[in-house]
Amino acid sequence: MNFDYTFHWRPVMRKLPDLLEASLTTLQISVLSMIIGITFGLILAILRMNGPKPLAWIATGWVELARNTPALFQLFFFSFGLGAFGLHLTPYFIVLAGLTFNNAGYLAENFRGGFQAVPETQMRAARSLGMTAWQSYTRIVIPQVFRIVYHPMTNQLVWAVLMSSLAMIVGFRELAGETQALAFKTFRIFEYFAVTALIYYVMVKVILGLSRLIAWRMFRY
Amino acid sequence: MIEIKELHKYFGALHVLKGIDLNVQKGEVLSIIGASGSGKSTLLYCTNGLEAIQKGEVIVDGVSVHSKGTDLNKLRTKMGMVFQQWNSFPHLTALENVALAPKIVKGKSKSEAREIARQQLEHVGLGDKIDNYPSALSGGQQQRLAIARALAMEPEYMLFDEATSALDPELVGEVLDTMRLLAEEGMTMICVTHEMGFARDVSDRVAFFHQGVMEEIGPPQQIFGEPTSEHTAKFLANVR
Amino acid sequence: MNQSISFFSGFGPKDLWFLPQAAWQTLVISALSISTGTLLGILFGWILSESKIIGAVTLGLVLDAFRSVPLIIQLVLFYNLFNVIGLAINPFWAGVIILAVYTSALVANVARGGIEAVGAPMRRASRSLGMNYLQTIRHIVWPIGLRAVFPSWVGVALGVLKDSALVSVLGHPELLKVARDLITRTQQPLLVLAVAGAFYFALSYPISRYAAHLERKWQS
Repeated sequence: MNFDYTFHWRPVMRKLPDLLEASLTTLQISVLSMIIGITFGLILAILRMNGPKPLAWIATGWVELARNTPALFQLFFFSFGLGAFGLHLTPYFIVLAGLTFNNAGYLAENFRGGFQAVPETQMRAARSLGMTAWQSYTRIVIPQVFRIVYHPMTNQLVWAVLMSSLAMIVGFRELAGETQALAFKTFRIFEYFAVTALIYYVMVKVILGLSRLIAWRMFRY
Repeated sequence: MIEIKELHKYFGALHVLKGIDLNVQKGEVLSIIGASGSGKSTLLYCTNGLEAIQKGEVIVDGVSVHSKGTDLNKLRTKMGMVFQQWNSFPHLTALENVALAPKIVKGKSKSEAREIARQQLEHVGLGDKIDNYPSALSGGQQQRLAIARALAMEPEYMLFDEATSALDPELVGEVLDTMRLLAEEGMTMICVTHEMGFARDVSDRVAFFHQGVMEEIGPPQQIFGEPTSEHTAKFLANVR
Repeated sequence: MNQSISFFSGFGPKDLWFLPQAAWQTLVISALSISTGTLLGILFGWILSESKIIGAVTLGLVLDAFRSVPLIIQLVLFYNLFNVIGLAINPFWAGVIILAVYTSALVANVARGGIEAVGAPMRRASRSLGMNYLQTIRHIVWPIGLRAVFPSWVGVALGVLKDSALVSVLGHPELLKVARDLITRTQQPLLVLAVAGAFYFALSYPISRYAAHLERKWQS
């Protein structure tokens, strides 16, 4: 054993602004992938519950693939896989597509559970008051579903932030990718990754803290 | 006036209502009694169009409920419905529960809707609970909340589907008292119920259902005193 | 040099053989890290549930950090830490150790949930029947808690199986690393990806379905 390695934190600290900027990219791509993922997830859940057969099958296929293969595999699909069809996405879109695909698959299952957890009688009560189907859905059913899926949704956002670090492998420079690029240029790999680990930790804690605050403000029942 | 003519209802192969003929006049209180599965509740659902029918007709104030062109949402505002499971909306306060439909269905202003809601909650004795969420209310209070919610639409008819069956025994009384109050105020009511005391004391007429058929209908004294059908007699003997 | 020669060599039977070998690597890494991680995790979960305050602030915080930092960052970080402190360790073992610790952090949560699912009253009841601490754990807490959390544990294990793909950043030839290399060499992305994806899917899908089935069965 030899301990002749000396830690050099100064170069990392000098690049800290770059890392922080890259973490904004991480947040941006994670949040965007969540927004699109929620939209697709809702559509997938509804198609699985009462879509026409072929569409329901496609939705099921999407959900099961997203849940039963590694996220990295899904990224590879959007880079090499689509490449085989002559479709070459930029690293940014590879990561965005991969994250969105994964988010939508997991969220679809959460949404499906949420819809099933709201009793059918709620719909019946709303209709008996003269509300239209649309009003009953938007005013009565969806707000209740939203509360049920709120925590799984926050978890998925955290997961999206963590998962976005796979961008490092496909060459997109969000926080992990930026860290790797800087680290391998200077060979202060440990120092860079230690600081980045800390940034991720803080990001995750802030997201969870904020979500708890929002939940406390929003769900009074 | 509600007119039910030769009404047939099937669930798949199951023949649940076998030709029901029944008229309910304005101001009348009708109780429907009978064993579980005799079709009583289904009749209520068919009456306000929550269930489709296979044959016959339901006419409410001259409008055929199950005709294609009928605006069911508008028609339903005329018929308040209270369910066995009270179905209060858990994400809204008591006041919001009651104010929502007047606002979005009838297009009342927010303050108007809230005022109506406040009045109706006081009407059913929940004036001090307006800001509570349903999770903080007892079953009986939630059922009264459901009644207030239906009343806020200013219905001309109230349909009660075993409104007290899911309640703990000590909570039944407060809901029956509220229903009694409505009857005294002249509300037209159809009450599917297992509360024989209520049926006897409050109703103008009592109908007995047996296996999808209305076996007999008449004033409570006659139904409870000298039933003509042996099924009725047997049923009454069992529930006593 | 080698690479440029074989670049357009197409897809030979020899190439196809790389994939099952790599899949085997993935299986071995997963099996080792899931088993040790589970044992560690149960131990940690037990400590967390028994020593409420001290456990939560020390061990709980550390384990929470492992759940709040991307696995890929942990892999690079600790692999380099091993190098820094002069611990010569190959990517395979580094990957297994880090994955196992990561697994233990996830399992600890699950295990604590299981122990708490049994609840103090039931444990008091069993103690009141004269069972000692170990007997209570063995005959009451373990069987009931296991049922409560087995489906979540399966979820964790399948997650680790999929996450083991990240060991590729250390250069170890597990399935996705080999798949990627094969794709650049043979230019057959669809075939290679299909084989690799099918491997994960064929393992994960039936097991997750079975766990969901058990969960439903045990709930009713």
